[in-house]
Amino acid sequence: MKKLIVIGNGMVGYKYCEKLVNSNRSDEFEITVFGEESRPAYDRVHLSEYMSEKSAEQLLLAPTNWYKENNITLHTSSLVSQVDPQNKQITTYKNEIFQYDSLVFATGSSAFIPPINGLEKKGVFVYRTLEDLDAIKSYANQLKKQGRNEAVVLGGGLLGLEAANAAKALGLNTHVVEFAPRLMPRQLDKAGSNLLVSKIQELGIEVLLEKSTKTILGDSSINGLEFSDESQLKSDILIISAGIRPRDELAKAAGITVGERGGIQVDEKMQTSEKDVYAIGEVALYNQSIYGLVAPGYDMAKVAVAQLLQEYETTMDAHIDLSTQLKLIGTEVGSFGNPFISDHSVSVITYENKLKGIYKRINVSKDGHKLYGGILVGDTSDYNTLFQLYNNSMKLPENPEDLILGSRGSNTGSAGNILELPDTAQVCSCESVNKGQICGLVEDGSCNSLSEVIDKTKATTGCEGCKPMVSELVEVTLKSLGKQVKKDICEHFSFNRQELYDLIKINKVTTFEQAIELFGSGSGCETCKPLLASLFSSIYMETANKQVEIQDSNDRFLANIQRNGTYSVVPRVAGGEITPEKLISLGEVAQKFNLYTKITGGQRIDMFGAQLHELPLIWEELIEAGFESGHAYGKSLRTVKSCVGSTWCRFGMHESVSFAIEIENRYRGLRSPHKLKGGVSGCIRECAEARGKDFGLIAVEGGWNLYVCGNGGANPKHAILLAEQLDEQTCIKYLDRFLMYYIRTAAPLMRTAAWLEKLDGGIDYLKKVVIEDSLSLATELEQEMQSLVNRYQCEWKQAIEDPQMIKRFKHFVNSDQSDDNLSFVPLRDQKMPRAWR
Amino acid sequence: MEQLLQQYDTVAQNKVINWFKAGLTSDFPANSGVCIKYKSKQIAVYNFRRVNQWYACQNLCPHKMEMVLSRGMIGDLSGIPKVACPLHKKTFSLESGESLCGDQLKLATYPVKIENENVYIGFVD
Repeated sequence: MKKLIVIGNGMVGYKYCEKLVNSNRSDEFEITVFGEESRPAYDRVHLSEYMSEKSAEQLLLAPTNWYKENNITLHTSSLVSQVDPQNKQITTYKNEIFQYDSLVFATGSSAFIPPINGLEKKGVFVYRTLEDLDAIKSYANQLKKQGRNEAVVLGGGLLGLEAANAAKALGLNTHVVEFAPRLMPRQLDKAGSNLLVSKIQELGIEVLLEKSTKTILGDSSINGLEFSDESQLKSDILIISAGIRPRDELAKAAGITVGERGGIQVDEKMQTSEKDVYAIGEVALYNQSIYGLVAPGYDMAKVAVAQLLQEYETTMDAHIDLSTQLKLIGTEVGSFGNPFISDHSVSVITYENKLKGIYKRINVSKDGHKLYGGILVGDTSDYNTLFQLYNNSMKLPENPEDLILGSRGSNTGSAGNILELPDTAQVCSCESVNKGQICGLVEDGSCNSLSEVIDKTKATTGCEGCKPMVSELVEVTLKSLGKQVKKDICEHFSFNRQELYDLIKINKVTTFEQAIELFGSGSGCETCKPLLASLFSSIYMETANKQVEIQDSNDRFLANIQRNGTYSVVPRVAGGEITPEKLISLGEVAQKFNLYTKITGGQRIDMFGAQLHELPLIWEELIEAGFESGHAYGKSLRTVKSCVGSTWCRFGMHESVSFAIEIENRYRGLRSPHKLKGGVSGCIRECAEARGKDFGLIAVEGGWNLYVCGNGGANPKHAILLAEQLDEQTCIKYLDRFLMYYIRTAAPLMRTAAWLEKLDGGIDYLKKVVIEDSLSLATELEQEMQSLVNRYQCEWKQAIEDPQMIKRFKHFVNSDQSDDNLSFVPLRDQKMPRAWR
Repeated sequence: MEQLLQQYDTVAQNKVINWFKAGLTSDFPANSGVCIKYKSKQIAVYNFRRVNQWYACQNLCPHKMEMVLSRGMIGDLSGIPKVACPLHKKTFSLESGESLCGDQLKLATYPVKIENENVYIGFVD
């Protein structure tokens, strides 16, 4: 077996191993990897997330056992001290010698340290590895204890801004200092940079441009910086992130050719001056350049693997694309092609909206036919389309400005048909999948769905940025073949949700058994059962107690299952208004059953840690105290949040609490395709955050403005104005129509915002249906809603009053004992589940 | 933790030493699961009424080691009876105990027999 050694286990070193394993020929090699860091390869691009949400474990590109499972011997914390190409061997810092047949340098880079006086002072760090971050974190914590928190990040490029994000996440007062006159000087022009600066400043990070740092001030520890213009800046910690230096010292000592300004020289095969020795990633000097981006590094890994496997035709392109799209400190930034070109052959089209914080620039040939490059700040939704147009030298639409402004006056898309892309258009750059491959697999019948295409090509599995495009390509190709793009809910029913809704209603089907007998096959599954349960509820207002076995696990026990299999209980507190007596009752119940309590985002109180058998006991007491189910466990109306409104607030225009209570009580228990949230604000200050809800009302002069289809969560959307200055009665009428129409037509688990996006004609169409009654459905929708409202009952009350229904709340069917696997640990005077093992 | 898992090993029908009477068929809701206690073990028992089949497996979800599988929803994947864990919707075959989500997790399964409206689960201890 041939011996392969990889020096370096960073992102590109790992990618090299992954590509080799995926080639299914890795068993031809004995693979040994040396990594200098203590951990296996991790995601350096998202390093700043380590300061906020992610653990080191979560940042790993593959778990430690991945290497073992694929017969790769990984030595972490192992420095290679010498390479001897004559004898084809390497020596480690422990003086161990390993032989190789092929060697790969993936040693990456270290931080570039500009020449500044006083670098030796305490509190000066670089931003490169998880160890660096740990050191920064612990120093910052010490500082904060002394009441010091001024941080300076040196470098306003990609990495510098990431570092600033990390410093801010540590709670430091952060400044970014950049030598150039703009931020991200390689990607942005002055206007783009200006916009980015103002967005970053809004988040509390100061930006200083055109500053050359001369001296680090302070005795033994840093306390400030002095610039060449003799101005000074207070600073308790300095994080340097001003560029990279290739780690070529090993190669250089081994006599391998390196560039004048560093980097191991490679050819288009990624081969160095030594035979069988390759270099990839940030250490490789290709076409006189070092590439500090992940995508070219991954391409190099692909080429080097192909060369190792003697697939000689795979080589590196002469032109390396530096286009990039990313999110920096909460701001979307994209830059592609030549972002700056502005000579006489080029017309530059820009769009700037300071109100919304958007800047777009495209560089178009004078005849308007060709796109050379561009810049997007604040909104990169057009990036994929623009990049494809540029990358494939495609002909532009008649009015190129439509590309960044959207086509005004008509509803057709601006970029034309996706099928016009050439087959060579690279759609997924992480996995190098082009359009031809995707469409080919669908056309020859190998794949019939998005998931099959992903399975076969691995497209979308990297950064996921191409997912919408891949999905559209698959859909459009299927359609062009005359194949129906069926959105069956699952293998048991070949219908979509709306079809099933109609079938059940028209045929007066009342049970899941009947439905699967009549329209389906098999035993059902965790997709179709809850969906049908929701339909039965939306059509007949049936509670979750009737067909228990088809309810999703939360609905089955009328509570929210938590980490350790215990439940949380949330009674309804309509509009967030609660009397002191009721607050006391909640406290007493929580105390009696030893529950952890927390205030929810929907203005209610959540009580955690209830065991299955305790749920009915808890509810008996809650119902006694006048509470009812809050349906926090269901895909149903959750809360209607309110601000205090004109009853107390000196700015309030109308009674928002009263109206919120009325609306919440009207729609309580209403089951829908996904959860539903509402909000009512008493004036335009919008303290109830009503526009972040599925429906929201805001008090204005002369009535209420009604907004629909907003949400918070992962993809926040502001609700859109449906109608203005309505009286309360009309509000309810429109809400009835809107909600019922949504319930009838949305796909499973589709919230109102996504539903509106898919709705042909969008908000204008919805206005016609709801306000102008264009479908002549209004009366029917209102009557349906009224009949659901009339049939509401509290399902917890129903359950505890029926001995048969209550039987299911027991851990064992053959014993009265409770789960002995449960244990809790203390947390700030309350309790929490012990950690997962 | 290993100890907890080690308690559960698949029992083949022909190896059963002890048929434990877990209750009457009427104690087991149709098309649904419940949990029974046997010595220190927690076993999930599923009554697939539609196809008249019964299955049993460990109640412990091997993903996060919580006693929850009996509360999972049951159904089938192309005819293979399965359960979906209520915590993260990982699905397992009730015939082989194997994960249907492409990971290496596996459940121990136990034979079930019905005699005179009694439900028996087979153990080797």
